[in-house]
Amino acid sequence: MSTLAAQLDQLRGAAPATRHNARTIAALTANPGCARRALLDAAAVDKTVIAQSLGFPPQFGQSQFAITRGNAFESMVKANGCAELLALLRDKLGLTIPEVAYHDLNSVGENTGNAVRYQRTRQLLKSTIAAGDGTLFDHPMLRLDIAGATAYLEPDVVAVQLDGKFHVVEIKAFPVIDGQADPAQVAAAARQSAVYVIALRELMTEIGESPELVSHNTILVCAKDFTNRPTAALVDLRKQLAVVSRQLTRLTAIPELLELLPPEATFALGEDLEKTIAAIPARYAPECMSSCELAFACRDEARTCGSVDALGRGVCDEVGGIENLHTVLGLADGTLQPGPEHADITAMLRTAHRLRLEIAG
Amino acid sequence: MSVLSALAKAEAVRAGRAQPTAAVRHLHLGERPLVAVPLRLAGEAAAPLAIMIGTARGDQNVLIVPQPRDRVLRLRFIEQLADIVLPYLASFLAESEELTSKAGETYTRCLDAPQIWTPNEGGVNFLKLLGRSVRFHRTDGDNPVPVSIPLLGRWLTWFGDRAEHPGSAVLPAMTSALSAHWATGQSALEDGNLAALLGWIDPPPGRTGAEAAAIAEDPLQSPPAGPATDPGFDNEELAPLIAAYSAAVDENARAVAAERLERSRRGQLEPTWQLMWRALDLLRALPPGASVENRWTDDRGAFSYFAAEVAEGTPQARRDPAVRAVRRLLERERALEALQAQCAFDDPLRMLEHRVTGAAFRGTVVHSEPDRVDRSGARPKLRPHIHIRTTDPFLAVVGEELTCVERPKQSGVVVEIDGDRMVLELSGGMGRKLVAEPGSVPTDGEALGFARFSPSPFNGLLNLPAREDTPWTHGGPPPEWVPPTDDEGEELQ
Amino acid sequence: MTTPDEAVANILTDLRDASHRAIVVDSPPGAGKSTLVVRAARQLAEDDDQRMIVAQTNEQVDDLIDRLAGADPGMRIGRLSSTAYVTSERVDQHANVRVATKPGDLADRTIVIGTAAKWATITEGSWSHAIIDEAYQMRSDMLLRIANRFDRGLFVGDPGQLDPFATVETARWAGLTWDPTMSAVSVMLANNDNIPIHRLPVSWRLPATAAPVVSQAFYPFTGFESGTGFGDRRMAFTTRGLGGSIDAVLEEAAATGWGWYELPARHTLRTDREAVHALAAIAARLIERGATAHSESGSHPVTTDRVAIGTAHRDQADAVRTALRGTAAEPVTVDTANRLQGREYDVTLVLHPLSGRRDASAFHLEAGRLCVLASRHRHACILVGRAGIPELLDAHPSAEPVHLGVPVKFPDGWEANQSVLSHLTRHRVRATAL
Repeated sequence: MSTLAAQLDQLRGAAPATRHNARTIAALTANPGCARRALLDAAAVDKTVIAQSLGFPPQFGQSQFAITRGNAFESMVKANGCAELLALLRDKLGLTIPEVAYHDLNSVGENTGNAVRYQRTRQLLKSTIAAGDGTLFDHPMLRLDIAGATAYLEPDVVAVQLDGKFHVVEIKAFPVIDGQADPAQVAAAARQSAVYVIALRELMTEIGESPELVSHNTILVCAKDFTNRPTAALVDLRKQLAVVSRQLTRLTAIPELLELLPPEATFALGEDLEKTIAAIPARYAPECMSSCELAFACRDEARTCGSVDALGRGVCDEVGGIENLHTVLGLADGTLQPGPEHADITAMLRTAHRLRLEIAG
Repeated sequence: MSVLSALAKAEAVRAGRAQPTAAVRHLHLGERPLVAVPLRLAGEAAAPLAIMIGTARGDQNVLIVPQPRDRVLRLRFIEQLADIVLPYLASFLAESEELTSKAGETYTRCLDAPQIWTPNEGGVNFLKLLGRSVRFHRTDGDNPVPVSIPLLGRWLTWFGDRAEHPGSAVLPAMTSALSAHWATGQSALEDGNLAALLGWIDPPPGRTGAEAAAIAEDPLQSPPAGPATDPGFDNEELAPLIAAYSAAVDENARAVAAERLERSRRGQLEPTWQLMWRALDLLRALPPGASVENRWTDDRGAFSYFAAEVAEGTPQARRDPAVRAVRRLLERERALEALQAQCAFDDPLRMLEHRVTGAAFRGTVVHSEPDRVDRSGARPKLRPHIHIRTTDPFLAVVGEELTCVERPKQSGVVVEIDGDRMVLELSGGMGRKLVAEPGSVPTDGEALGFARFSPSPFNGLLNLPAREDTPWTHGGPPPEWVPPTDDEGEELQ
Repeated sequence: MTTPDEAVANILTDLRDASHRAIVVDSPPGAGKSTLVVRAARQLAEDDDQRMIVAQTNEQVDDLIDRLAGADPGMRIGRLSSTAYVTSERVDQHANVRVATKPGDLADRTIVIGTAAKWATITEGSWSHAIIDEAYQMRSDMLLRIANRFDRGLFVGDPGQLDPFATVETARWAGLTWDPTMSAVSVMLANNDNIPIHRLPVSWRLPATAAPVVSQAFYPFTGFESGTGFGDRRMAFTTRGLGGSIDAVLEEAAATGWGWYELPARHTLRTDREAVHALAAIAARLIERGATAHSESGSHPVTTDRVAIGTAHRDQADAVRTALRGTAAEPVTVDTANRLQGREYDVTLVLHPLSGRRDASAFHLEAGRLCVLASRHRHACILVGRAGIPELLDAHPSAEPVHLGVPVKFPDGWEANQSVLSHLTRHRVRATAL
């Protein structure tokens, strides 16, 4: 184990761990400026439990209707050796897959541990490339190194086109209506797929093949209009690949963040947890509420300190970079005198204040 | 967000309640609005669960789909919904006026138009999607549906499209309408929660806005305004009730299960319903801005136009063809520009934004020459001069033309600048003679404002090619619409 | 790589080929677009049939007329103008140009030039060819309104500069090949196959010190080179510096073609007083010291009309203009990127769009904006901004929506900014107290 992994292990301490998956790795892009999140994610700590322990449980629940629908849709697409999926790939995307070898990596004899499945996936890919078959891999296992720890990743399907390019397939149950889907959901799916592409490219390198064998286009399979029928679209992932790769590289800067904490600090639950968390600066924005389990705790902290950020990302820039609400108000009504660096924002705030009073009559 | 709105929000935090950001109401409020609170099933495109809908506080009609994945039940729901909405729409066709266009053609326009309120943008989108999901349904063939269903679909689509038009008030989202008039001490994202937003604007006695908003965020104390339901509610209450309905052995058991379902969903809808009417009261308390009625007249015109062609027409296309897309874009850009200017001219609080950024100013007249005549051209023209002083951060440019806020038909050209004073040459809004109509020229000591923008919309003709003349650069003319040979087959679980 | 002459020859050959419905020419900054348009116009005019040229602004129309009329005093040129247009000097001086508001009054002209907005008011008539200048900056709704006037189009423009935009919600058109908010070129290409796309490979404006930087950052797949070599463009001061950071950055810029004047890290108002004053001070000092620009076409003094200051926002431009009052640099052009498009100067100063910001928005990261600001100069470009921009980029969250069916646009604003910034750190001069 690397020193980083050891350090992070120690930091995690007895705190509940969580496993990384494509979604959580993709989420590293959500708020890179937040050191608190960066450390917790690097240490693979279960942020939900931390949030609960701090008294601010997240509100992320998933409706079972959505879960059921998602599972049913995926099962339908992959039923019978991915028959529906194949038809889609042929018809909608014009991929030429005349004869398909279908491999289900889920059942590998008795032993279905992640590491074993990963090895089997590696073997199979290697032989596929050698043979040049058109092939579908169902339940493949990939992996990535996250801050010294191995994260196993499971894309929905990996498809191979005849000219030898591997495509990651993502199956999502959200609808594509008249050719349009919710751009936020597509973006999330794209980021997730990008994680798989990166992992697959790494695997290619490991078996001595070119990472370019993995296409930067992912095949996104969604529900068509208001039906349960699947439709497929190619999504160009180059931007997401760049962004996710950047975040993975950034993980190497975690040691600097570790220095923010005393050496014996851990995320273990207990009376010191609050202090430990508070010692790591956060970068709260309202967007955190939909992407981070700790959001309500950080929001409470931000509100208590009178942080301008609690009002929204970008508000701080509108008030010339002042981060505290009380300062903003004090400069505006004249009860606070500005230092020379705040002369211009103060003038603007005072004008705004004066004019508002004038209108109020 | 601007420095003014940021400051207003900061003040709201300090005061513990929302601060007004508008002195007038910028949205038409109908005499007989239709309030609709829809709920939809999680994970589906547009599967309705329930709706509470009515035109008066005590007039709650609740429609439910007991098993939301059942196509037949869903269509029945939509038919019932149509039975409420379509007569409501039709009632506005009864009274209309006759007008003549500039081209000399006569046309009718309804004296009033419908207005459907939903709690938030999600509600607006849901109604749009619902409309889309049924507007292509066939009334003949293998699986015919009653005529009212595709008709409702087309109407909902019309409302949804019109809602995208800046300044329109036919399908407003309550959270957006409220946020346009008040600044809370929370973020715009949090303002999307109707209960929290109202908690800041009108906190219950003894509570601050923040405390009221906190209560509003707890789904157990404040069921979400929809259309999404709370996942906890879904898992713990809704799912078992739906399962019970599906498992019911006979008519009786089904009726009992349905009644339980209705009561459960009503429980989720009722609090939001009350909030909607409370919000309408708050909006009604604001006096309407001067240009609100003009914009509503445009809505009335659009409604009348569509009402005339909806029954026999074909359903709206899935996507805009090229020419229509351009027309929509240009019309909407014009409407937005006019809307922003009109709101500023109507409302000194809105005009403040422009005064702070230097696009407008307010000043005092220190000297007036109302009789000045310009004899330099072919005909003498009345061109009064006023000297106006302002402390606003306005950087005047000699030669630029400004519009007077108090007299929007009057413009002033900057002829001279001297420190915080400028000399403006006025024209327009004074009558046609060489002597100004009384009161049309500012006098000494009068306070007034000038802006770099004007509230009159630019209504020049848009010379767009006809659909069949769509140029090759845009793919040539689109194919004629052919009705689909089968329904948008809704294959459900 | 094709030489500029080969590129132009290929374009003109394609222009003779009637089987091409359209031809696209990508022209990076200063690559000789106007020269190409003039040559193409003259080629088309050979058979004396009337052809149309469409430009986006009155300024651009007048510039083209000036060049075309000057290149060919025998050509009968018409300017299709609105009634509000006042003939500019540079158009007026040419006897072979007639200005009129109706095509009928220009029937004897071989080339008729007008703005897109004016052409959009013409609802009938047909021309065999149209040259559309700055076609990447023309929004496709404008194209829809004029495309029925011509059978074949030569679309010329710079894909790296500012994209057209809309002020209203545009999601409903995302993914349509005729999305009215996309550029004219994008829509035309999305709806027509086999359209030849040419590239002008050389920038005659950007010096050898700048072309690689701009090319790498803003034209990642379609690079270009400088038309001059190292040493061809030089700038020297006629007076000595007084020491201090203002003179230091001027000297850095004169020596290397770039300068990054870095103020201490702080979050500030958009109209950052210190940054505004730094820009004004650098401009004033540049003029006071008297610079001479040496190039392959001779030497001349760098006067105020050869200098420009670029900002992202109008209020920033206003603030800089105010700060210049009473200084030697008062007449210097100060404008936003939008208004600086298509213009060229010896030296430009730029207020970095991300300077002083805590959060970057899509507007500030937009590659086209920085591209325009960083590609106006023939000799040197000095950027002014606060330290902390790399940290800002590093912390930038990625939550951009993805619309199905919309081709991904390169360069990515974040990447472009990163590329320029890492180049600028090599030319950093830290501001000392003024």
